[in-house]
Amino acid sequence: MNLFVNAFAWIFDPQNWQPGGVSPLPIQDRLLEHLLYTAIAVVIAAAIALPLGFYIGHTGKGRQFVIGFTGAMRALPTLGVLFFLTMVLGSLVKGASGVFWGTIVALVILAIPSILAGAYAGLESVSRPAIDAARALGMTEMQILTRVEIPLALPLIIGGLRAGTLQVIATAVIASYAGLGGLGRIISSGIGLNDYDRILGGAILVTVFALLVDALFALVQRVTRVPGADNGDRGLRSRRRASRPETVVETPTRERNVTA
Amino acid sequence: MGNFPLVVDLTLNHIRLSIIPIVLGFLIAIPLGRLTLTGRFARGTVITAMSLLYTIPSLPLFVILPAILGTKVLSDTNLIVALTIYAVAIMVRATSDAFFSVSADTKQAATAMGFSAWRRFWQVEFPLAGPVMLAGLRVVSVSTIALVSVGVLIGSENLGYLFTNGKQRNNLEEVGVGIIATLLIALLFDLILVALGRILLPWVRVDRAARRRSKRTTALAPLAAGDSAVAGSEGRS
Repeated sequence: MNLFVNAFAWIFDPQNWQPGGVSPLPIQDRLLEHLLYTAIAVVIAAAIALPLGFYIGHTGKGRQFVIGFTGAMRALPTLGVLFFLTMVLGSLVKGASGVFWGTIVALVILAIPSILAGAYAGLESVSRPAIDAARALGMTEMQILTRVEIPLALPLIIGGLRAGTLQVIATAVIASYAGLGGLGRIISSGIGLNDYDRILGGAILVTVFALLVDALFALVQRVTRVPGADNGDRGLRSRRRASRPETVVETPTRERNVTA
Repeated sequence: MGNFPLVVDLTLNHIRLSIIPIVLGFLIAIPLGRLTLTGRFARGTVITAMSLLYTIPSLPLFVILPAILGTKVLSDTNLIVALTIYAVAIMVRATSDAFFSVSADTKQAATAMGFSAWRRFWQVEFPLAGPVMLAGLRVVSVSTIALVSVGVLIGSENLGYLFTNGKQRNNLEEVGVGIIATLLIALLFDLILVALGRILLPWVRVDRAARRRSKRTTALAPLAAGDSAVAGSEGRS
């Protein structure tokens, strides 16, 4: 536990927050960078994946593509993809911006599958009668999408964004090895200097950062849940109902087993 | 061609580092997943704990573990423990869903036939939960194999070495070979898991065929599909 005490001492050491510090310091600069990379990558990924997911979810076309694509993307080693793309884009675009955009492209590619899957699964979860009713009311396909399907699917759509964002935060940590800034720089420089206080301090900072972002998304997911709509939780609810009669029967049977 | 022995060595080590967390993760997730059926509180606690663990990014987790386990920073143990934690985090959701998917009627029937809770679990619930668990295990396998390569940053020798080394030497082919080799291992593991599923869960295929047939012949397809789960369990016992 002493190691953790030292790590927190490192985090709260005012010297590590002083502007103009050496390399990975000050901490707030790395934190802002991490936030910036994450925001840029998630916004671009969402701009690509959400419309695509809505289209597939609404029309039902390309369902197999989403399932196959998200499965295959999971198999890609993030570190390899990151280095591959920064090297390719680094040779096309000279200097620091090559590394920057190479990393952003890699982060975008890694965030797309989760966001796409969330958007698709969200729309898929909307009950068919609700959509049929909207159509019977005379809504256009666009109105059905924006006024019925997306609001009902919002918790799952945000769930996809949540998973994608966390994937980006985690990969951006590794991005320091491709020459980018961010909180990962603190860990990598700590490994280089063999300074465990710094390594652990950096790791704690990233973990807290990830947990806070995750909690924020969880909150938004809760707020956007339409009261009375039973998408998202549906599986759980019917399962609970299914498992209830069993317990009623089970108790006497178990007693019989004991006496036998 | 001179690099071939190196690639083989790295691949074998990569496989070793992947298998241990996948197997351990599966074994640990079975009791934890079953625990989520015991009540709302247990389910909430386990699922929340797993999702929090899964939120911790990989490199930070690799370097936090030495402080908890007392291992050296550059030890493979950290990597294996971290990957096991991730494997459990993904797998518990799958095992929980899998045990929930076993129909209450089937479980009641087993109890009525005089199965003890322990025997009912292993002979009825566990096999019937198989297909859903297998689906989860395939996800665990793929993501574990992909994550192992990050371990190179804390000194582990696996295919990730081709990424860092290729980056240092500005050798794009080397990085490419690493990516392809990782994908091939993932594919191989997936094929093995699917084959194991076919051997160990033969009734799944019978089920699917029956469902397809019933869909073709009758409009009451959902009803037939619902029944086939029970039919499968009868075929088994």
